Amino acid sequence: MNATIAMITLRSMLGRRRALLLLGLPALMLVLAGILRATGIADMEVSVTVLQRIALMTLLPLLALIAGTGVIGPEIDDGQIMYVLTKPVPRQVIVLTKLAVAIGLIVVFAVLPTLVAGLLLIGTAEGLASAFTVGVLVGGVAYGAIFVALGVISRNAVTVGLLYALVWESLLGNFAPGARSASVQQWALSVTDALTGVADVTSTVDLGVAVPLLALVTVAGTLLAVVRLRSLSVASAE
Amino acid sequence: MSSGEAVQDVRKPSPGGGTVELRLEGVSRWYGNVVAVNGISMTIGPGVTGLLGPNGAGKSTLIHMMGGFLPPSSGTVTLDGAPVWKNPDVYRRLGLVPERETAYDFLTGWQFILAMAKLHKLPDPAEAARRAIALVEMDDAAGRAIGGYSKGMKQRIKMASALVHDPPVLLLDEPFNGMDPRQRLQLMDLIRRMAAEGRTILFSSHILEEVERLAQHIEVVVAGRHAASGDFRKIRRLMTDRPHIFMVRSADDRRLAAAVIADGSARSVQLTEKGLRVEAVDFQRFTWLLPRLARDAGVRLWEVSPSDESLESVFSYLVAR
Repeated sequence: MNATIAMITLRSMLGRRRALLLLGLPALMLVLAGILRATGIADMEVSVTVLQRIALMTLLPLLALIAGTGVIGPEIDDGQIMYVLTKPVPRQVIVLTKLAVAIGLIVVFAVLPTLVAGLLLIGTAEGLASAFTVGVLVGGVAYGAIFVALGVISRNAVTVGLLYALVWESLLGNFAPGARSASVQQWALSVTDALTGVADVTSTVDLGVAVPLLALVTVAGTLLAVVRLRSLSVASAE
Repeated sequence: MSSGEAVQDVRKPSPGGGTVELRLEGVSRWYGNVVAVNGISMTIGPGVTGLLGPNGAGKSTLIHMMGGFLPPSSGTVTLDGAPVWKNPDVYRRLGLVPERETAYDFLTGWQFILAMAKLHKLPDPAEAARRAIALVEMDDAAGRAIGGYSKGMKQRIKMASALVHDPPVLLLDEPFNGMDPRQRLQLMDLIRRMAAEGRTILFSSHILEEVERLAQHIEVVVAGRHAASGDFRKIRRLMTDRPHIFMVRSADDRRLAAAVIADGSARSVQLTEKGLRVEAVDFQRFTWLLPRLARDAGVRLWEVSPSDESLESVFSYLVAR
């Protein structure tokens, strides 16, 4: 971890219009949870639907995409990364710092709002709120690593990330059961499933498979980002 | 030029101790089928070296390779024997000022330079930042956000970022682009001072006059090839000893054309949509004479520029030799 790189990254993330997106999505979910509670609609089934469909399957991938690609992609695109790369700082320190900032943003803007939304909807019943919080957290770490790597590798990281999060995870998962197993969302859901007794929460992936896969994707994404950043060459204008 | 000689005379060991040498050996770089740099070997030592070439000649590609931002497709780039590619340690002795204008616009000049000093893990980052900012005379503007800086100020703060760790080697990619004449003079002065301290400085430019005013040693690159190398006087002579083409815009191009032809200082004058295309026989004499001819003819001059095409042909001329 490098405090200077973290400071610059955080300031660039919170200074841009992106910050509004970061704030807007969780705010919407919290407003929805508040309305559901105030109107008395928020039973267990509705709560599971909101936490699973909105928090885990929509808010988390989108926020992780914004945070993960945003901590490094734009800096590479506009050449600012040169100022960091021309320092005797090991590349893995740069990547780990960027990843830590991304995960920090995911915690603040996705994990904590999930906890608050869960508590608003159903309180502490059946450990549902905390189970989804943990699920969103582990999913967020894996997504963070994937999207940071994508931010280093691709100049179209946001597009590719959106295609992955929406097409692969949402659409393909519905049609091809096999694809559903290769899904961060299902792995995160599996962790959530293990932490709550609510019958509506089920994953297609066993916990024994989900946890190693989450770890594997996180480590692989981080390593890939380090390797690619080490040999990052500038796109020459000529 | 006297300053060039003066700098050459005061060459002394670099700040890091010893003489630092940036060496390129048989360096080529290609993108697919396009060869951007073709088998270039050169050694850059203390003092100011100008990397001269027309736009698209491969100067930026070369500087990126020297700065460790691009692997050569073949050949080696070394700093005192150590490869620069995939070797972040070289940045302890190397400062790089990229051509692109972007710095971290949301930081103030001071925050930016302090951050750079911290990233270099300098023992006293605040003091190093203060010194670097003072060196580029940006003390007054250091408290303002970089996003609000003029081009010249951005260039200077980028310079400070490259100088904060007092590197013996400094690479500048087109440092004068977009600067006004005053900022240009200030930066030239700064670069001269840096060189007088014994640093190895290389800057790229496509403008001959910039290079001539600043560099003792010139490396000319044309179409990815090393076209000439040596003392600026020698290269200057090669370059002036041929016709020059100027594009001239004025209030009355026809009348000016008649005056130029009558004077005989031009080999040919062509009336084009963009203005007059003048092929001058003697560069120095023509630049001296043209304003006088215009004044006598009562024509207001709007723009006099050595045309890019002319530069290109200067370079081709060099390659041909």
